[in-house]
Amino acid sequence: MTLRIPRSMVDEMVEHARADHPDEACGVVAGPAGSDRPERLVRMLNAERSPTFYRFDSAEQLRLYRELDARDEEVVVVYHSHTATEAYPSRTDVSYAGEPQAHYVLVSTRDPDSAEIRSYRIVDGTVTEEPLDIIPAAEGVAT
Amino acid sequence: MSVAVSVPTILRPMTKGEKSVTAEGGTLAEVISDLDGRYAGLGDRLVKNGTLHRFVNIYVNDEDVRFTGGLETAVSDGDQVTILPAVAGGDSRAQVAGGDSRAQVAGGSGA
Repeated sequence: MTLRIPRSMVDEMVEHARADHPDEACGVVAGPAGSDRPERLVRMLNAERSPTFYRFDSAEQLRLYRELDARDEEVVVVYHSHTATEAYPSRTDVSYAGEPQAHYVLVSTRDPDSAEIRSYRIVDGTVTEEPLDIIPAAEGVAT
Repeated sequence: MSVAVSVPTILRPMTKGEKSVTAEGGTLAEVISDLDGRYAGLGDRLVKNGTLHRFVNIYVNDEDVRFTGGLETAVSDGDQVTILPAVAGGDSRAQVAGGDSRAQVAGGSGA
């Protein structure tokens, strides 16, 4: 599997991660159900406001999932930042990973000058890194 | 009391692919017990040691049951029960690599 994603969305994830640094930032990119196409980035609150943990606010998450259902969308990407370590899933990330259809994107902001962005599948406790194909703005997904 | 239960993607293999199922019960605990009777093993994915599993969020209508009495939350005929995966994680130093099972407490990165 490869995650094909527009440059603008990657930039927004990094911007979100930088803005919340040193706390972890988190969010999703939704897309049409079954399409595996990331189309709509939604920043989520980190209810933990912590540099070592993130959790979607449960009320905000319920609203999001109902909206996705109503629009026949699903979570295509779950992203979050690591602010002191590399962009690789932690044991905690793996234990919580509950979206088998999603790409898990990690953004590391430990280096203030360059962000590290990597994508994974996490299914049944197994982490598989996958290529990240960043689509230049000119070829971006039409909206 | 019959309620509609919305099942998240990750648990649908246990409900024969169904996205919404019905269950009976006057409390969330009874609803889960009824679900487990219909879909063997589902209860273990929702409850651990008598409390709600930390990997799931369960809502009765719009309320996260963690704030309304947990498993003892009352349900009424026609209520909507929604199960979602808790979306969470974090930057522990214990990285998962090649089946490495060194256990460290999450959140102990000292960042």
